[in-house]
Amino acid sequence: MTHAYGSRVALDDVSFVVGRGSCTALLGLNGAGKTTLFSLVTRLFAARKGRIRVLGFDVERDSGEALRRLGVVFQARTLDLDLTVAQNLRYHAALHGIASAEASLRAAETLGRMDLAGRSSEKARNLSGGQMRRVEIARALLHHPELLILDEPTVGLDINSRAAILRHIRELVATSGQTVLWATHLLDEIEPADEVIVLHRGRVLAAGRAEAVIKAQGAVDIAGAFAALTKAAPSENAELPA
Amino acid sequence: MTSAPLSIPIRAEPRRGFTLREYAICFKGIVWREGLRFLHQRGRFVSALVRPLVWLLIFAAGFRSVLGVSIIPPYQTYILYEEYITPGLVAMIQLFNGMQSSLSMVYDREMGNMRILLVSPLPRWFILVSKLLAGTAVSVIQVYAYLLIAWFWGIEPPLLGYLTVLPALILSGMMLGALGMLLSSMIRQLENFAGVMNFVIFPMFFASSALYPLWRVQETSPVLYVICQLNPFTYAVELIRFALYGEVDWKSVLVTLGCLAAFLAGALLAYDPSKGLIGRRGAA
Repeated sequence: MTHAYGSRVALDDVSFVVGRGSCTALLGLNGAGKTTLFSLVTRLFAARKGRIRVLGFDVERDSGEALRRLGVVFQARTLDLDLTVAQNLRYHAALHGIASAEASLRAAETLGRMDLAGRSSEKARNLSGGQMRRVEIARALLHHPELLILDEPTVGLDINSRAAILRHIRELVATSGQTVLWATHLLDEIEPADEVIVLHRGRVLAAGRAEAVIKAQGAVDIAGAFAALTKAAPSENAELPA
Repeated sequence: MTSAPLSIPIRAEPRRGFTLREYAICFKGIVWREGLRFLHQRGRFVSALVRPLVWLLIFAAGFRSVLGVSIIPPYQTYILYEEYITPGLVAMIQLFNGMQSSLSMVYDREMGNMRILLVSPLPRWFILVSKLLAGTAVSVIQVYAYLLIAWFWGIEPPLLGYLTVLPALILSGMMLGALGMLLSSMIRQLENFAGVMNFVIFPMFFASSALYPLWRVQETSPVLYVICQLNPFTYAVELIRFALYGEVDWKSVLVTLGCLAAFLAGALLAYDPSKGLIGRRGAA
């Protein structure tokens, strides 16, 4: 797909597939187009050109079917700080057509999975940054989405919180077969067995298993491979023809 | 994961669609959320009541002797000025509430909460109409609280009027709420909201039949009279005025309905990801 804000191209002919049950990292620096991509996948706005399909459903034409299979954690905090954790989750459940009794059961389950059992009656504003993030992940899982996407979930968190979030994400993939696509610019979060998509200035420079990308670049780690790839990339922002 | 063109076949799961029950749960959730917000913002409720009460208890009392109101429909007899401006103040409550909802939507957009609403799988139009109805319900509660206090001040429309005014309040509340929703899509930042006060609320309120009958306006300024007649708020006021006395002013019904349709269509278009302003600005 391609997307532009005015004449500034944010995503230029980006094309990739995320396999079921995979943990795929969308790797890119700030401004690479990661958030734009997530906004298009979640239909906050529509791509200028191209198509996005979630579990086979076109995001534009079958948005309801696509969105109900998608769990989203946005980069910006999206909890309502005046509501309790349980109320935030219940509201989300309602927006997905899940009745409150069922929502309570699911909330207890997902909060437990995120080590947040017992925090449900707490006001969201009283939680730490890491806890808020885990509540957002629990909320995104509430409607049992097949695909979970997270936009820079660890940004702004301390080392322990970052580690906890990553551990939870990897556990989801390993134990539940959850498909995950997460955007990050923190290269140390990538493990050799992860799938990666390197996005730079709106273009996909490489995609595949991290260790394969490292090998292809003749680098020793993902940071080296990323440096080699982005150094070789065009330095100018592409412009749409007038 | 492989890098591959998106044309490769991916088997879609069976389409599940949405049941009526899921729509009902979603609607209930949005109303519940709006109700919680209203309860959390007690100051909003107090100011929603104080504002028209100041007009009623101070302004109208002061102008009682200055502004005489002759017998005009729907009134059967001479009325006091307080009685005349009550429907206008009721509409003012709804106007402020509509703008308050607009402010909330801009705030939610800035804080990111709006995204949670917009990524609901249920149709966008349904989500926005539910939000509109929830906001209208809040405004109706405010109006009845105001009418109760006004009753103690001697504003006593026929008892049946409290019932017949309800559909009018729903219609006018939705029209003003839809206007707020449309404006929320145009306001980029919260700071710009002051402009809404100056350029929307005040002109709409003052250039209408809320404070003075239109025949009086016509006598003093034909230009202002035309502006008042072009102002949708005038018709919301008249709709409420007639309904409060058990009558229907069909012209006001039609104009209010037409404006509701136009504002709502504009808001739905603005919040449509492929057509709206939100996507173009990248500021959902």
